[in-house]
Amino acid sequence: MLKLLSNIANGEEVSVVGIQSSELRVKLLEMGLLEGQTLRVLFRAPFGDPIAVDVNGYTLSLRLNEAQLVLVQSKELAE
Amino acid sequence: MRIALVGNPNTGKSSIFNMLTGLRQHVGNFPGITVDIKQGKFETETQLIELVDLPGTYSIYPRSEDERVVYRSLTEDGNAFYPDAILAVIDASNLERNLLLASQVYDLGLPTVFVLNMNDVAQRRGIKINTDVLRAAFPEAQFVEANPRVGLGKTRILDALNSIGKRSATSAVSIYEMDDIESQEKETISRYVTIRKIVSKAEIRQETSQFKSKWDKILIHPVFGYLIFGAILLIIFQFIYAFANYPMDLIDGLFSSLSFWLSSVLPEGAFTDLITQGIVPGIGGVVIFIPQIALLFFFISILEETGYLARVVFIMDRLMRPLGLNGKSVVPMMSSVACAIPGVMAARTISDRKERLITILIAPLMSCSARIPVYTLLIALVIPKQTIFGFMNVQGLVLLGLYLLGTVMALLIAFVLKLLIKSNEKGFLLLELPEYKAPRWGNIGLVVWEKVRIFVWDAGKIILAISIILWAMANYGPSDRISSARMAAIAQAEKNALNEQETEKLISSVEMENSYIGIMGKSIEPVIKPLGYDWKIGIALITSFAAREVFVGSMATIYAVEDDGGEQIGLTEKLKRETDRNGDKVYTLATGVSLMVFYAFAMMCMATLAVVKRETKSWKWPLIQVGYMGVLAYLGAFIAYQSLI
Repeated sequence: MLKLLSNIANGEEVSVVGIQSSELRVKLLEMGLLEGQTLRVLFRAPFGDPIAVDVNGYTLSLRLNEAQLVLVQSKELAE
Repeated sequence: MRIALVGNPNTGKSSIFNMLTGLRQHVGNFPGITVDIKQGKFETETQLIELVDLPGTYSIYPRSEDERVVYRSLTEDGNAFYPDAILAVIDASNLERNLLLASQVYDLGLPTVFVLNMNDVAQRRGIKINTDVLRAAFPEAQFVEANPRVGLGKTRILDALNSIGKRSATSAVSIYEMDDIESQEKETISRYVTIRKIVSKAEIRQETSQFKSKWDKILIHPVFGYLIFGAILLIIFQFIYAFANYPMDLIDGLFSSLSFWLSSVLPEGAFTDLITQGIVPGIGGVVIFIPQIALLFFFISILEETGYLARVVFIMDRLMRPLGLNGKSVVPMMSSVACAIPGVMAARTISDRKERLITILIAPLMSCSARIPVYTLLIALVIPKQTIFGFMNVQGLVLLGLYLLGTVMALLIAFVLKLLIKSNEKGFLLLELPEYKAPRWGNIGLVVWEKVRIFVWDAGKIILAISIILWAMANYGPSDRISSARMAAIAQAEKNALNEQETEKLISSVEMENSYIGIMGKSIEPVIKPLGYDWKIGIALITSFAAREVFVGSMATIYAVEDDGGEQIGLTEKLKRETDRNGDKVYTLATGVSLMVFYAFAMMCMATLAVVKRETKSWKWPLIQVGYMGVLAYLGAFIAYQSLI
């Protein structure tokens, strides 16, 4: 089942399915959010926004509306 | 030979720059774009190398002002920074993401040296990299390993630069236009496909479990996170006010004795006056702010170096966004408490145009160090020295209140500007939270040095120029108005049997009254009367339009007292006794508070305006800034005066 990265709970591991078309897509790709990339949501700022995500060993923070562009699926399904 | 240093943010790029160039650095400007670029010089065995430290970026395709410089420097052949070769830093702890930019710059076709930064994080994760795989992937580039933290790799980099050769002409791949986003997406994806193949062969990770700091649990905690940030701010400002005074008093004394000494050794005349009353105090007025600015940037760069500042951005972003600001606006606003000039420049890291513009427009509302002498004088004048609840000093509370007034107004104005300024861009905050690490003191020292130099250079030349102009306007008047006023003053001094010193002060006072500035002060009296000001205050207002702190010196001249720097006891006493034509006190609580509010809001700093013009590339925004802040100052002072009178 496809989900949005913004809805993923802390600690959960997911893999990227795609990024919705937008001006930010190229930036998100550059930061390493490619199809199949494993992400783990690490923690959220107070008020739940922005969120911090582990991407291949580094910590990326995104605002919720940026995370909404990222389609993900849970890790088990991907495998 | 000119070499461009490129790399992702947080890769130790600036450490490598510092390791190679040491103190031989200066700041240059990209023509047409006003982003300061650090340049440094060093020698290899065979040649002199000019190293250009381009801003850190994740890709050659730009989204912020900083990143645009990288794109243009590397792609526009013939520009002032176009390099002969590229030195690209690759952070070994994040090979995949770093190779995106690395492969892009490799494809430019310029001779390239890759520096593999085997930093502490990479070592802690047990990452090993097979450089043979990388060499095979980028056959025309050289690879060297370095660890600037322990000073490792300098010789290797120098050797590599020495043996730099030409690239084969066919190896260049053309890159896309800055705004061709669709092609950029395709390129990024295809590059990553290649990069992943390389990384899977090149990288050996011994330990897969990620090291995640327990610090984040507390530093971004909904309650403790903000409390800790607040406490850190409090400690920093306490520290600055406790310790900056000593060097400031020293500088003040030094420059007044220099003026005094010069006036005693130089022949009397207009030229000597220009030096002793215009130029020397002008330079002194710039230098005196260095201790505060240096201290504040010392602390800010510690926060930045350790990785904490990124967490501040992270926890503040949600709070700042409804106001049209960005989490990253926190740094410009903090810097502006020292001086708005580095504050305005710090806004460059904000990639969203509107959020950056709003940050720039409100930065001068934060109470900068130049307002402190003004506040100190006015507080001593109208606020009683007493304590409430047994321990709280009222004067101290008023000072704190003025800082809060500036900050709250800055946030309010940001909100209004958010509604007024239109933008099609959607703000974004893609931010890497770097791992916590111990600060590198060498880097911090260089940051402080650079910020001080920017202040002295950018603000200094304008403050100096204006103080010379003001000196002239205060010393010359239409026809022989000044000389006849002087005669009258001498006659009056004789009649009242004043001693030599008193006579001299009286003369300089009437001279100022009859100079161009004095005439201007008198002519604006009707406008400032509703604020509770007389023409003498008018003079002080006009003189401090260029730089606020001049207010104190002007008041001292107008009231014919010695400006004794720090304490101003003489001036305060004199002002307290000052009465108007009806015998009422001039400096009442209402007038004093009105003046404080005026100085809190008014845009009285030419140097900041010049920098805002530079940063926004038009006069439109600095003029809007002068306008809205002027209205705020006038209305605020009016309300303060009328409600207290």
